[in-house]
Amino acid sequence: MDSTITTGTAEENVWGGGNSPLGASYGKMMMWFFIVSDALTFSGFLAAYGFSRFKFIETWPIADEVFTHVPFFHGNYPMIYVAFMTFVLIMSSVTMVLAVDAGHKMKKNAVIWYMFLTIIGGAIFVGSQAWEWGTFIKGDYGAVETNGGRILQFVNAETGERAAIRDFAKTIPTERTEHERKNGVWFFDEGYLPSYSLNEVVEGFKAHPNILIRTEAIVQEGENEGHKTLLTREESLKKIKDSKYVVEGANLIRNEYGSRLFADFFFFITGFHGFHVFSGVVINVIIFFNVVLGTYERRGHYEMVEKVGLYWHFVDLVWVFVFTFFYLV
Amino acid sequence: MAHAHKLEIFRGLLKFKSNTQKIWGVLIFLSIVTAIEVALGIAKPRVLTHSHFLGMKLLNWVFIILTLVKAYYIAWDFMHLRDEKSSLRRAIVWTPIFLVAYLVFILLFEADYVYNVYKDGFIQWNF
Repeated sequence: MDSTITTGTAEENVWGGGNSPLGASYGKMMMWFFIVSDALTFSGFLAAYGFSRFKFIETWPIADEVFTHVPFFHGNYPMIYVAFMTFVLIMSSVTMVLAVDAGHKMKKNAVIWYMFLTIIGGAIFVGSQAWEWGTFIKGDYGAVETNGGRILQFVNAETGERAAIRDFAKTIPTERTEHERKNGVWFFDEGYLPSYSLNEVVEGFKAHPNILIRTEAIVQEGENEGHKTLLTREESLKKIKDSKYVVEGANLIRNEYGSRLFADFFFFITGFHGFHVFSGVVINVIIFFNVVLGTYERRGHYEMVEKVGLYWHFVDLVWVFVFTFFYLV
Repeated sequence: MAHAHKLEIFRGLLKFKSNTQKIWGVLIFLSIVTAIEVALGIAKPRVLTHSHFLGMKLLNWVFIILTLVKAYYIAWDFMHLRDEKSSLRRAIVWTPIFLVAYLVFILLFEADYVYNVYKDGFIQWNF
């Protein structure tokens, strides 16, 4: 039996049709066609990410400082959770390839179990990604944005740790009129409001002499090379005058981590990949039920499992690149 | 078995007895590579972050090379390109490599130019 399935009949007649020079069936060829074009789409996204990053090479957020959370644990664990997600996806790729292998040997029950495990792995991955998005959108320290759209973060001078705005912001009672449909322009929403007003953060900052400002700029040489620039108290007091907005968490317009494009690319690229994983899970479920019903047993071969397997491995392959360019480099 | 699975990896250095064994072997290899990547990402050894090659930190080159190694084994053993005809393999692999290399070269060059305009040009953006 062939290690890869060919459904075409192997005719020796060169010009008579019916021969397959690439040794792959029509369905498999089309799956590869799709994968190559999809790979080019992802490459386009990652190349655009590289473009923006090289453009702002000295101010881009440092991924280790952004993705530091692990569910159910407090504290600072850079990259541990993403590494776990990567492992889950590689593991589900392994069970998928084992399902394909069992399919070649026509072992229906083994295919069922391996497909089931693959689906579970995919679900864990999508769930983890949803959690990661949630954490990213919620943010944890908060920051202010300057007139020029730069992000200023806060650091506690005594501990050297990041300071959250809720820890030092002053509560200044003010009155504001809520924008409602009946008293304002009816098609405008009030929109999202941060938990502290700019005035409260600025006053709180002035009242706490141990809080310093950290700018987006990455130190290029010297002792702190590779870290973000920390201003002195005098510089900080001067810099805070440039602030314009309070930023908490991330959305498509601004984010507390730094460059606006960072969050945009994060949502776009991991979102597009997550959508691929999700559709991969859906397709796997369909094929899973077909295997359970014995469709491929009657058809005499498990090529469909092999084809969805190709797609599933491709999703894993893309993640390997996203992992490198978003979290490591 | 006319076209059996090719069971060797690392250019024949490691030969597996069955396809299932090869799959687990590749998984172990990929896990080790990922572990090395994460360890390097957390430790950030000074030797690698302070030396540059073609305008990029050596550490980043290490990450990119390790990623390509992982991609190779995923494509070759999980997507069983190793067992396909070489004509199919070449069509699949070299088409994107050529196009992506071209795009990345152009975009990164342009980005570096824009970076220099922001840096040395008369543009005030940090205010």
